[in-house]
Amino acid sequence: MRMKYVLSEVLVGLWRNVTMTIAMIITMAVSLTMLGASGLMYRQVDDMKDLYYKNIEVSIFLKTDVSQPQIDALKTKLAGDPLVKETVYVDKQEAYKRFQEMFQDAPDLISAVKADSLPPSFRLKLVNPEQYKDIYNQYKGAEGVDEIVDQSKLLDKIFDILSSIQNIALAAAAVMAIAALLLVANTIQVAAYSKRREVAVMKLVGASNWFIQAPFVLEAVVAGLIGSLLGLVALIAAKYLLFDGSLKALQGLLSPISWGDIMFMFPLMAGVGGVISAVTAWVTLRFYLRV
Amino acid sequence: MTVMIEARNAMFSFGRTPALRGASIAVDAGEILAVMGPSGSGKSTLLHCLAGILVPDSGEILFDGARVDSMTETERSSLRRDRFGFVFQFGQLVPELTAAENVALPLLLSGVRRTEALRKAYGWFERLGLDGMEQRRSGELSGGQAQRVALARGLVAGPEVLFADEPTGALDSLTGEHVMELLVTAAREQGTTVILVTHEPRVAAYADREVIVRDGRVNAPERIAP
Repeated sequence: MRMKYVLSEVLVGLWRNVTMTIAMIITMAVSLTMLGASGLMYRQVDDMKDLYYKNIEVSIFLKTDVSQPQIDALKTKLAGDPLVKETVYVDKQEAYKRFQEMFQDAPDLISAVKADSLPPSFRLKLVNPEQYKDIYNQYKGAEGVDEIVDQSKLLDKIFDILSSIQNIALAAAAVMAIAALLLVANTIQVAAYSKRREVAVMKLVGASNWFIQAPFVLEAVVAGLIGSLLGLVALIAAKYLLFDGSLKALQGLLSPISWGDIMFMFPLMAGVGGVISAVTAWVTLRFYLRV
Repeated sequence: MTVMIEARNAMFSFGRTPALRGASIAVDAGEILAVMGPSGSGKSTLLHCLAGILVPDSGEILFDGARVDSMTETERSSLRRDRFGFVFQFGQLVPELTAAENVALPLLLSGVRRTEALRKAYGWFERLGLDGMEQRRSGELSGGQAQRVALARGLVAGPEVLFADEPTGALDSLTGEHVMELLVTAAREQGTTVILVTHEPRVAAYADREVIVRDGRVNAPERIAP
């Protein structure tokens, strides 16, 4: 009887105030979608960091008038440096070749630049890309060195932007979560008010608090879980329509989002949706279920 | 006679509005007591304090020698479930349950098996002239029928005290008298103590004793039946 009563109360509760229930589910779904999307972005950015940092280089540009002994000395020093994993020397001719490839769409620029005006350089791959500062300090004053450029500095800027987007998505999820919480609280208050007589009777006949509160709490949990399911559908649609659709051309730049990544987010969304709804409903009832 | 339930100098306020200002009352085991008084005098608040629904701001409530006012909410819930019964002005049946399930509710909540609880509940339908109403829901019952179902629910678990707050207030006089006769007969058969809040002298006449609550205080008891 107990379980039957509780479950029938949940269904009646959800249906009795259907517009409020729909509003609660939609708000919850939007909030959880934002949460899931920001979770995916965290994973995505971490993957991208791994991918990009693995391939970044530190470039030591030499003066255009650098002498061969200075180049040789640097080569020897770099070969024995424990911070450096790999060194490639790019002479003026190679640098010009790369320049031509890079600016093949701008023939005027190519014709204006001569091979002699491009500096030779060393392209380094570091054992640990974060030790750029040590390399910089070691080589900045070396004979023949003009400038040291670390690509990770550029990447940091990109990742700063991505981090900001992540934070904005999280902030939006938090704001939506507050709206969802208020809606859950309001819906439960309305439900508790409309059932105040039944609640009073149940209290009088000695029903425990959990027995009285269970239908209301479960009602909120069901709405939260439906919201998380809708959030999952939204993420699937985003992958299908955006990442595998209009953003497909960027697949070389963006690390791919797998179906596994999306499914991994569902327990998080369902857990957050369910727990937050349950706690909100329970706290609300503490104030409103007094005989 | 043994005192079954007692309030000693109970004070209770709703916010800043005092409802009880030092109410004291003692009810003997098996006694039927009528609590009368004008609207807003505090008689229902006194009943709620005695039943452990409200906890007085100060003063003591004793049931069978134990302090109800210092019990936890869980202990008071189990007291209401296992040792008290309730009947109110409007039957206040749970609309999702059948009449039989409503009657069986206190037993089901006490963990009695469903078949056993319903068997006991069905016995009360016959006793209160409600044969054939067992599967009806509250919307399908008349006021008098619903009140008798509520009475059956109040008595089904064999409570030691039955709290009745204006049990005939929503009924016509004939039906009200019928319900009162059933209530008094059943209570006497079971030896149940009854605390009956009413403002109708006709209803109070069924009691052994009558007290008047005025401005949150109980006046000197007056015995109206031997």
